[in-house]
Amino acid sequence: MIYWELFLAFFIPNIIGYGGGPAIIPLIEAEVVGRYGWMGAQEFAETLALGNALPSPIATKMAGYVGYDVAGIGGAVVAVFATVVPSLLLMLGALGLLYRHRESPRVKRMSQWVRPVIALMMAWLTWSFFSEGIDSAGLLHTLLIAAVAAVALLRFRAHPAFVVLGALVYGGLFLG
Amino acid sequence: MSGSTADTPARARQRDLFMAFLRIGLLGFGGGPAMIPLVQQEVVKRHAWLDDEEFADILAIANTLPGPIATKMPGYIGYRVGGVAGCINAVLAVILPTILAMIVLLGVFSRYRDVAWIQGMGQGVVPVVMVMMGQLAWDFLNKSQLVLGWLISLTMAAVAGVLIYLLGVHPGWVVGGILAAALLRPVPKQEATS
Repeated sequence: MIYWELFLAFFIPNIIGYGGGPAIIPLIEAEVVGRYGWMGAQEFAETLALGNALPSPIATKMAGYVGYDVAGIGGAVVAVFATVVPSLLLMLGALGLLYRHRESPRVKRMSQWVRPVIALMMAWLTWSFFSEGIDSAGLLHTLLIAAVAAVALLRFRAHPAFVVLGALVYGGLFLG
Repeated sequence: MSGSTADTPARARQRDLFMAFLRIGLLGFGGGPAMIPLVQQEVVKRHAWLDDEEFADILAIANTLPGPIATKMPGYIGYRVGGVAGCINAVLAVILPTILAMIVLLGVFSRYRDVAWIQGMGQGVVPVVMVMMGQLAWDFLNKSQLVLGWLISLTMAAVAGVLIYLLGVHPGWVVGGILAAALLRPVPKQEATS
């Protein structure tokens, strides 16, 4: 049942995803691309690029679009529901308990201990985007675009929306 | 909300909630954590729904839970200010506009996927996402190294990599196992201050 799969695909990353929205991305990729095969690496990269160019949380944008792509409006609703509602209900329901433990070292180290794993999954995802880039745009274009994007984002702190826009223009003119 | 046409206090409150979180959503570039200062600006400074201390407490609590921070905060604050309707109202104000924008833009994009230059645009964007993801990976590794040290960070990453990518263990089990260990293992004495 597609709605149940969509629910699980977004419920699991969000219920174990400590460390905010970006930490959830590789976990979502593992479900959407790796486990269920709803998207290829390139389509996932395109979705992520647009998601990074637009404001508001990345997790709900990804859920909304992937859900819609897989199963229409109903799919979008299910995926966004699975992203937002469980952790929000926990927060509303267990506020007193959480309040008492908010400084607890056990709670603090949860996100600390998960970080290396998320870092590795992010590195793996970086690698898969790299090999996808070589397959579709070729090594030269991939390295060129990546170098310019890295300088713009890291050195000049350019807004991601402009960098994505620049890559779209370059791709439209020189690739394809 | 009552059904009257007059601008009742409850209705004005829902409208304030919606507008506040709409602004937060539309101005919040860079994902959830980047939105926190905007939330504080609206909720504490502009509308005084919470004071600074309450805001800090709620942020700390939200951080103890998994899932996106940028929906837990609006959901909880919306609930405090306007009940269940306020909760739904605030969350939708943050997430709905950009979800619709994603669906429309990517929908148009995939309809013309066969056109060569549209395909080129899609290809051009992959290396950019690669750079962004690489930077995130580095950020996470670096933050992890500051707390756990290089040796433990890299060992944990390597073990997780073998489990997930070589043995095909679902990442949920790996991450879930670490979370359980973090929660259940005894805390060393010098750390157990609270």
